[in-house]
Amino acid sequence: MVVLDPAHGGADQGARGSSGITESDVALSFARLLRISLEAQGLHVLLTRQANEDPSFDERSKTANAQRGAIFITLHVSSTGPAGTVRVYSLPQEGAPAVTAASIAPRPGLVRWDHAQQGYLDLSRRLAELIQIQMAQRLRGSPETPIAVAVRQLRTVAAPAVAIEVSSVSLRDRAPLDKIAPVLADGVARAVAAFRLVYEAGVK
Amino acid sequence: MVLFGLITLPSLRQAIQRISGNPRTEEQARRDVMQIPISTPTDVKVKAQMYWLSATSPAALEATTIELPLSADPVERSKQLLIALIADAPTPNQRTLPADAILLAFYLQPDGTGVADFSDALSAETPSGILSEQLVVDSIAQTLGANVNGIRQLKILIHGQEAETLAGHLDLSGLFPVSSSAPAAVPVSQTLGTGQTKPSALSPMLPAPAKQAAH
Repeated sequence: MVVLDPAHGGADQGARGSSGITESDVALSFARLLRISLEAQGLHVLLTRQANEDPSFDERSKTANAQRGAIFITLHVSSTGPAGTVRVYSLPQEGAPAVTAASIAPRPGLVRWDHAQQGYLDLSRRLAELIQIQMAQRLRGSPETPIAVAVRQLRTVAAPAVAIEVSSVSLRDRAPLDKIAPVLADGVARAVAAFRLVYEAGVK
Repeated sequence: MVLFGLITLPSLRQAIQRISGNPRTEEQARRDVMQIPISTPTDVKVKAQMYWLSATSPAALEATTIELPLSADPVERSKQLLIALIADAPTPNQRTLPADAILLAFYLQPDGTGVADFSDALSAETPSGILSEQLVVDSIAQTLGANVNGIRQLKILIHGQEAETLAGHLDLSGLFPVSSSAPAAVPVSQTLGTGQTKPSALSPMLPAPAKQAAH
C-alpha cells in the first residue's frame, strides 16, 4: 500500500507563483499520475485528498498510519530552485525531538504520535535514496542524494515516509511541470517497487 | 539660535536625503525603528562569518566575511549577528531572511539552546517550500555556529509562539543542531606599537575558515 499525499489544498494553496501556478493544484496532478504508475507496478494506492479539500497534517498521517505496512509519499512544489528538478527528503536522525526509549513507546505496542516516524528513519532514508537516484538519472540538475530535513508532515507518520519536492511554481506556465510529470511518476514508481521488496521482507 | 541651526541642519538634511533616496516598505521602516541596533560596552569590530545564499548557486549557502562590531556577551553577540543577517545581505538575491523580518528576542539557555524569536514576517515572507525554508534555518544556525561559542541547538519562535511550520513545510516544533566552529579570535585591528596583533582581554570570536554549506 502506498499513501500519496498531495500537499496543501482548499484555502491553503501552498507556494504560489506570480503566473497563478499553485502548489496544491500541481501536487494533486502529480499524485493522480503517480497513482497510475504505482498501480502499474502492482501496488495499491490511497490518496490523502481526492480533490481540493485540505486535511490537517495529523489527518493525513492518520490515513497512512491506519494502513499496515504502508509507504508514505508527500508531494510538494517549491517557490524556488532550478526549474524541472526534484529533491527528495526524509527526516534527519539528529535534530529530531529529544526522545527516550520510554517516550517512543510508553506502553508495549504503542508509539507516541509526535515521534511516530522515529522507528522508520533508516527505512525512510533508504526509500529517499532510491527515489532520488531515479530523479537524478531522469531529471537533469536534480541532486544525487536525498536531504535530511525536518518536514512537518513526515514527523507523525509511522511508516517509511518521504517528501518529494518539484521546482517550481515560479514558472511562466505549467507546461514544463506537466512535461516532467510522467518522467517523475515512472521514476518514483520504479524506486518504490524496488524498495517494496526490501520493506515487505522485513515486515513479515 | 543661529549656531543651533548650523549644527542640526546638515544632519537633518542627510536624514531627509536618506529617507527620500531609499524607498522602503512600511514594515522595513517599522523594523528600522523597532530593531534598535545593539551596542554594548564590549563591542569590538571583528570579521564575522555570515551565511547567505550563494551568488552562483541559489540552492546553497555561501560564507561571506563582513566586519561587524560584536559583543563578548554571547546573547548580545547573537542578536547583533541575526540583525545583520536580516539587514546586510550582499545582494537582494542572496538574502535568506525576509527584509521585513524583525528579531524580537534572543535567549541562551544553560544547556546551550539558543531561542530566536522573530516577527510574523519571517513566516509570512519566507518563500514557501521545503528547500527555501530549510535554507533560512541553516542560514541562522550556521551564522551563529560560526561566530558564537556555546550555542548547541536552535529553537525558532514566531512572535513568542511555537509555530507548526516556518512557511508551510519545515517543522519548527523541535530543535535544530548548531555546529560550533567559533574559536578564540582577534579583532579586526588591534595592534601594539610593535605592529603585532594582540587578542583583547574580552576576546571576541574569530570566524571559522570560509566553507560551502550545500543543499
